[in-house]
Amino acid sequence: MVNTGSKGRRRAAIGEIPGMPDVDPRISRTLEVRDHEGELRRWHLLDSGPLLAERGITPQGTLLAVHGNPTYSFLFRSLVREDIPWRLIAVDQLEMGWSERTGVNRRLQDRITDLSLLTDALSVRGPVVTVGHDWGGIVSVGWALDNRHDLAGMILTNTGIHQELGESLPKALQLATAPAFLPASTSLTDTFLRTTIALSRPPLPREVQDAYLAPYRTRARRKGIEHFVADIPADADHPSRPTLERLAEGIRDLTVPTLFAWGPRDVTFSDRYLRDLIERVPHADVHRFEKTSHLVWEDADVAGLVADWLRERVGPDSEQEAEPWRPVSSYAEPALERHIGEPIARLAADPAHAHSPAVVEMSGADGERREISWSLLNRRVDDIAAGMLGHGIRPGDRVSILITPGADLTGVLYACLRIGAVAVIADAGLGVPGLTRAVIGSHPDWLIGITKALVGARAMGWPGRRLSVEQLPTVDRAALGVETSIAQLATSGSMMRELGAPLHAPWPEQDADAAILFTSGSTGPAKGAVYTHRQMSAMFTAVGDTLQLDPERGLVAGFAPFALLGPALGAPTVVPDMDITRPGELTAPALAEAIAALGEPAVFTAPAALRNILDTADQLDEYGRAAIASAASFFSAGAPIPAHLLRELRTLMPQARALTPYGMTECLAVTAIDLEGIEEAGQGSGVCVGRPVPRVEIAIAVMDKEGRTTGETSQDPDVTGEILIRAPHVRDRYLMLWRTTRTSMRFPGWHATGDVGHLDGAGRLWVEGRADHVLATADGLFTPVQVEDAAETVPTVRRAGAAVVGPRGTQQVVVILETEAGYRPGRTGRPRAATTSLQEAVRRTVRDRSGAEVVAVFTTSALPTDIRHNSKIDRAALSRWAGQTLRGEKAGAL
Amino acid sequence: MSSPTILVTGASGMLGGAVATTLRDRGARVRAFQRRPAAIPGVEDVIGSLTEADDVRRAARGADAVIHLAAKVSISGPEHEYRAINVGGTENVVSALRAHGGGTLVNVSSPSVAHLGRAIEGLDATAADPDRARGPYSRTKASAELVAMGADGEDGLLVTSVRPHIVWGPGDTQLVGRIVDRARSGRLPLFDGGMALIDTTYVTNAADAIVAALDRIDDVHGESFVITNGEPRTVRDVFNGWCDAAEVPRPRLQIPGSVGRFAGRVVERIWEARPGHDEPPMTEFLAEQMSTAHWFDQRRTRERLQWTPRVSMDEGNAHLATWFREHPVTD
Repeated sequence: MVNTGSKGRRRAAIGEIPGMPDVDPRISRTLEVRDHEGELRRWHLLDSGPLLAERGITPQGTLLAVHGNPTYSFLFRSLVREDIPWRLIAVDQLEMGWSERTGVNRRLQDRITDLSLLTDALSVRGPVVTVGHDWGGIVSVGWALDNRHDLAGMILTNTGIHQELGESLPKALQLATAPAFLPASTSLTDTFLRTTIALSRPPLPREVQDAYLAPYRTRARRKGIEHFVADIPADADHPSRPTLERLAEGIRDLTVPTLFAWGPRDVTFSDRYLRDLIERVPHADVHRFEKTSHLVWEDADVAGLVADWLRERVGPDSEQEAEPWRPVSSYAEPALERHIGEPIARLAADPAHAHSPAVVEMSGADGERREISWSLLNRRVDDIAAGMLGHGIRPGDRVSILITPGADLTGVLYACLRIGAVAVIADAGLGVPGLTRAVIGSHPDWLIGITKALVGARAMGWPGRRLSVEQLPTVDRAALGVETSIAQLATSGSMMRELGAPLHAPWPEQDADAAILFTSGSTGPAKGAVYTHRQMSAMFTAVGDTLQLDPERGLVAGFAPFALLGPALGAPTVVPDMDITRPGELTAPALAEAIAALGEPAVFTAPAALRNILDTADQLDEYGRAAIASAASFFSAGAPIPAHLLRELRTLMPQARALTPYGMTECLAVTAIDLEGIEEAGQGSGVCVGRPVPRVEIAIAVMDKEGRTTGETSQDPDVTGEILIRAPHVRDRYLMLWRTTRTSMRFPGWHATGDVGHLDGAGRLWVEGRADHVLATADGLFTPVQVEDAAETVPTVRRAGAAVVGPRGTQQVVVILETEAGYRPGRTGRPRAATTSLQEAVRRTVRDRSGAEVVAVFTTSALPTDIRHNSKIDRAALSRWAGQTLRGEKAGAL
Repeated sequence: MSSPTILVTGASGMLGGAVATTLRDRGARVRAFQRRPAAIPGVEDVIGSLTEADDVRRAARGADAVIHLAAKVSISGPEHEYRAINVGGTENVVSALRAHGGGTLVNVSSPSVAHLGRAIEGLDATAADPDRARGPYSRTKASAELVAMGADGEDGLLVTSVRPHIVWGPGDTQLVGRIVDRARSGRLPLFDGGMALIDTTYVTNAADAIVAALDRIDDVHGESFVITNGEPRTVRDVFNGWCDAAEVPRPRLQIPGSVGRFAGRVVERIWEARPGHDEPPMTEFLAEQMSTAHWFDQRRTRERLQWTPRVSMDEGNAHLATWFREHPVTD
C-alpha cells in the first residue's frame, strides 16, 4: 500500500522540503507507507535509485542508511558518488528530519518494524548493506537481523549496541536522560542538537550546520528527539531493554562482511562502544579516524572508505572470490622460527652466562646503578608472568606499557611476550596528546606504568585496569585507581614458584599478536603497527644478524627502544644515564660510562645524539676517552647519518664499524650501510642507505608526472618512485586502520613505505624523502632530498628543507635554510626572506645540481623536526608555511 | 609567395612595438595602427582611432592577420571610456576582418579577465567572466575577449586570445617606470613583506608567444592562453630586481595588505568623485595584485603554442640594468 507524497493525504503538513547543500534535489523524495500501527505515515528519504537509472547504472545492491539522534538522512549525502555503484536509501526516521511528526512515541522495536515496512513498500531486495549511525545503528542491526536473507554487509559508525548492566551511561547521555533535564534539553531548547553539531573539528561550514538544524526549528518539530532520547534503555526494566538485548546477542550470529568506522572524539559513543562491538563481531574491519568526532561522516572521508570497502569486501570483484589478504611477511623468505625471549631462559640455564649481567641501568629508578643477571632476569620474567596470569591478565589481552626503558620495562615486556599478552608500546616522545591518543586508540585492557604515567592516565581518563611498577602506598593506590604492582605480581609469582608451582603456560602461537608499536607522528597521527610473534621474532633476528650481536657482545641503548632488543638476542644491555625522552641530549661522558660497563659493545643512539656526543667530547677525561674508543660498532636508527658526522665519530671510536640503517616502525631493519659503504657509493641523488639486510627484498613503485604511483613496480636501477619492501619482519597490519593498512598493501606482497627513492646498479638503495613530498613541477618530478642536498653544498648553509606550493604537476619549489651563522637549536622561529646573494647562490646551485628551479629561499633559526627522532625535517610543516606566506597570507612561526 | 601583411594595433606601446619589430625581422609586412605614429623603422604607420570603425577598416584592408593589442590599460577612470575602447575597439577589429573576408586575429588579453578568487596558484587560463572580473579594465577586457572568441570560425576568421601576465622590460614606463619612480622617492610599499608569489613576463617572451600564437593559429584557434615567464617570484624579489637594475633604493615601506586594500578602496572612491588627470596612487585592485599570489600553470600554453620563454628573469633584469645605465633615472 504505497502512495507517493504528492498524491497522498497531507497530514501534519511539513511544507516544501528545502534544498540541502551537496544534495542533488532529484534524490530527495517522500513516500507514504503504513507503520506498525497500520497508519499511513509520510517518510522523507534520499534515494539515488532514479539517478542511477538515469545514468544507466545497474546498482550492485542497496545501501540502507539509518541516522541517529538528532540528525537525519542528510548525514549520508556523501554516499552518492561515482565510485559507489549502489543505490542509497537513507531514511529520515518517523518523528525526525523531514519525515512526519505523528505524535506516537515509537519504541525501538516499533522503529525496526516501521523500517521493514518501508523497505517492503520500496521493494528493496538483496543484496543490502545496512549503514547505521548513533542510535540508528541499533535500528539498522534490528533490520539486518529481521531481513537476513537480503543482507550482504553491515556498516556501523559511532554507535553502541549494549549497555552493560551496572555500567553507567556515557556522561552526555546521563545528563540528557535525567527526567528533569530531558524536556528542557531536547525540546525546549535545541541544545542537544547544537551540541552534537558543535563536536566537529574543524567546525562544520555554516550551510551544513543550518541544514542539520532546519528540520528541528520549532519545539513541536523537536518532540521526536525527546522521545528518541527517552527510549534509550538505561536500566534493566526499560520497555526497550529486551529488544536491545536481543540485538546485542543477535549481532554475534551475523557473518556478513562488516565495517566499523569511528570518530574517537565522541562524548557519547566513545571507544568503549567500539571495543564492545569488536568483541561481538570479531571479523569486522575497523577504521578509526583519529581526531574526528561523533559526526565522523562530516569530519572524515567515510564515504571514500565505504567505496573501497564495498569494492573489496562486498562487490562482485570482492576478495571473497579473489585471494584474501595475506600479510607482507608471508611472502618473504622466513626467518628462523623461535619464541621471543627464549634466549633468556637458555642463558639463565647456562652456567657460563647465568650470573653475567643481562641489563645494566647506569641510573636506575633510584638514581643508582642497577645490574641484573640472566638468571635473575629469567626468574623475574617468569615470576611476573606467573603473577600476571594469577591476577587475571590473559593471553590476547592488550597491555599498555608506560615504563621507562630499563630492567622493569624489560621484565614486563618479556613477561607479556611469554604469556601472549599483547604489549602496547607508545613512545613517550610522542608527547602527552600523542601518547593519550595512542593509549586510548589501542583499547588496552591493562595499563602498567610508572607513577608519572599513572597520574597522567587518571587525569586523561586512559582506559584499562591499572598496575604500578613499584608497590605504592595505599593512599596513592586508591587515588590512582591502581590494583596492584609489578613488584607485587613478581612476589606472588615467586611465592608460587617456592610453593612448587612455577610458571606453567604454553608459549604463544607464532601467528598470534605479540605487540603494537606506535609510530611517531611525523607522517600524520601516530599509527599502531601490529606485530605477530613470528614477525617480531624475525625482526629481532634481522637486527641481530645485521649487527652480529651475541652474549659476548653487549649493546648500549642510547635510544630507548633498543633496550628491549638485547634479551631477545641474548646480548647484555646497558642504558646510559640520560633522559630517555630526549635521546638527542646523550652526552659523551654518559655514553663512555655505559660503554665501560660492558667493554667493546655495540652502541645504539638516536641520529641527533651523534652531534651532541661529538660536541661534548671535550668533557671526556682520559678514562672516558679510552672507554668510548673501545666501542665495536655504532648503530644509529631513525634517519640516515651524513658521512661527515661518521667521519668525525672516527676520532672518538676509531675501531667502531659505524652502521647507519634504514628502517621504520613497520619494518625496523630494511638496509644498512657503514662508512666504507657510504664512501664507495659516493655522491648521488639522495642518501645511500646501503643494501638490504638478510631476507629483505626491495622494489620501486613507478610514479607518474604528478608523483602518484601507477601500479607498475620495478627492480631496475635508477627508477625513482615509492620504496616497496618485503621481509619476514614487516608488521602484520595497522591497528584499527583498515584503509591505511590497505593502502600500504596495495601492491600484493609488498609494504609501501611512503618513502621515495631508487636502487642503483650495485643494488644499493637511495632514499630521497617522503613520497607525499615529491616535488611535482612542470619540469618533472624531484625528490626533496635532491633539492636539499644541492642547497646544502652552498658554503654558509647548515641544513636545508625543501617545500612546495601549488597544485601537483605545476608545483613550485621553495627552500628554507638553517645557516651556519643564524642557527639557534630548538627555536623554529618565523622564516625571513634570504639575502639576494644567498638566494641566488642557492637557486643557481640547485638548478645546476638537480635541475630544479627554486622560486624563493628563506632562512630560519631552526627547521622543524619530528620530536621523536629529532632528525627528520617536517617538510609538511614547511610546505604549509610556504603555502600561506607565498599566497600572501600572514603565516606565523614554523 | 609574397610575405604576409600583418596589422598590429597599439604598436606604440612596449609590447606592441616588440611584436611589430619581431614580425618585421621575420620578413612580414607590418602595419602599425594607433593615434600617433609608432615610428618603428620598416613598419608602416596607419594613424587613426580604434573607436572609429572606418579608421579600423581602412587599416585592416589587405591584412592577412591582426594582432590586437590596443586597449585602455590604466588602473582607474570611468567605465564607459574603457568600454568604448576595449569592447568597442575589438568589435571594430572583428568587423573590419569580416568585411575583408576573414583572416587571423590574435587578441591580446589579460589573465585578469577570468574570475579566479583572490589568490591564483598554478591555474591554467579559465573562461573570461565579465560579470565577476575585478575593476573596469578587467571587465571590459573580458567582454572584449568574448567578442573576439565569439567570432572564431565564422566568416573565415580564426581567433585566439593570449593573456600575458605583467609584461615588463627596458623602456617600460607603465609599470617598471612607476615602480622605480616610487622606490626612488621612498614611497613604494611592500604589502605583508611582499611575500606573495607572482608571475611576470619579460617583454621579448610575451612578443614571441604572440607570434607563436599567430603561427599556430590553425591548431590553437578558439583557445585562450595565459603567458608568463614561468618563473614566479615574490613581489619583493620582482621589485628588488627592478630597483637594483635602476640603481635606486629597494622598497623599505612595509604596509599590512589589509591596510593597503582598504586605502585603495578609499582612494578609488575619492578619485571617482574628483577625477584628476593623474593616476590614483593606489587602487584596491592594485593592492590586491601586489599582496596575493598570482601564478599560473604554463604546461598547456607551452605545449600548444610550441613556445618557451627565451629570456630568463635574471637575463631580463640584466637587460633592464643595461638600459637604465643608458637612460639613468634623474630627478
